[in-house]
Amino acid sequence: MSDGHLMPPVGADDHSIGPDDAPVTLVEYGDFECSYCGQAYPIVKQMQDTMGNQMRFVFRSFPLTEVHPHAEHAAEVAEAAADEDAFWEMHDLLYQHQDRLGDAALVRYAKEVGLSADEVRADLEEGTFADRVRRQFMSGVRSGVNGTPTFFINGERFDGAWNDPGSFLRALREAATAAGAGPRS
Amino acid sequence: MAAPEASHDSVLDPGTRAPDFTLHSTPDQTLSLSELRGRPVILAFYPADWSPVCGDEMALFNEILPEFHQYGAELLGISVDGVWCHAAFARDRKLHFPLLADFEPKGAVSKQYGAYREQEGVSARALFVIDGDGIIQWSYLSPIGVNPGVDGVLNALESLPSGRKPAMAAHDAPHPAAADHDGDRAHDRAQEARP
Repeated sequence: MSDGHLMPPVGADDHSIGPDDAPVTLVEYGDFECSYCGQAYPIVKQMQDTMGNQMRFVFRSFPLTEVHPHAEHAAEVAEAAADEDAFWEMHDLLYQHQDRLGDAALVRYAKEVGLSADEVRADLEEGTFADRVRRQFMSGVRSGVNGTPTFFINGERFDGAWNDPGSFLRALREAATAAGAGPRS
Repeated sequence: MAAPEASHDSVLDPGTRAPDFTLHSTPDQTLSLSELRGRPVILAFYPADWSPVCGDEMALFNEILPEFHQYGAELLGISVDGVWCHAAFARDRKLHFPLLADFEPKGAVSKQYGAYREQEGVSARALFVIDGDGIIQWSYLSPIGVNPGVDGVLNALESLPSGRKPAMAAHDAPHPAAADHDGDRAHDRAQEARP
């Protein structure tokens, strides 16, 4: 068993925000239609704000398609946006509109972030980005993801309470300290 | 050295021949382990339908089903719930693999595998990977409140002599029992369509 160790490590293919050399890398495996991930969205924002350039945030898709019928296409649209450097705008739009994730809505969000509606429609139909989403999903499976969202802090699964911002932040700060970047006074 | 107790908390070890069993998979159908000889079988014992952690575990296994099928493996869920309970649970969670009822005599198969919790009267959260010859190749007992994830199962399948690395796009993997499951799916969808 991997015992909750991130595989593969964060690399060039990942969607990341924050400095590459930040002492802490937080990875989320998430599903755009999952309500728990929706709850986590503002908390992660809060962590990003508080940690500042001490933290890099990475998102990998883990769509549970049997229970969330729109999750796969939402993940694919996010990949389409990534190719136009608009992954994070799309990521935010999706989490802000979790109740409207049908294909028509997804195309609308794609237009909002500057993609061509026709191209996105075709991409969804042809599954252009399905393999990329599948690769992210399988990396989660291999890393011991056991539900959504699952977080990894510097490569180790975080089994603590992400929904308690205080303890989440403590864990991130401890990781920063352990990585040799003590908290600034 | 104390005599070993009846295996309440130690599941059958790798190398052991998997005890054969016949259990109900639907109200009017039974399934025997020996019917699946020739391909790997994953047994996922779990405490109960409907409890939140179980739902998560079965939902996750359900999502990974195409990967299991890449190895030609069959997934069977087993708990002490009855057939009608299983049927309702599988339909609600859109599960595309059989749930077997270890119902009468209660927990008999779970006990044979060392995957029964006497105190609570439920199956333990235990996983087995059995090879095509019916020999257990990997087993794992998880703390009852913890969803085990599927990484261990995939590693075990990969280690089988017949194991091979699955292609990435596994959605439309050929599968020996596909016809049955597709039937189930069609049935599920028909059910879903109802208000």
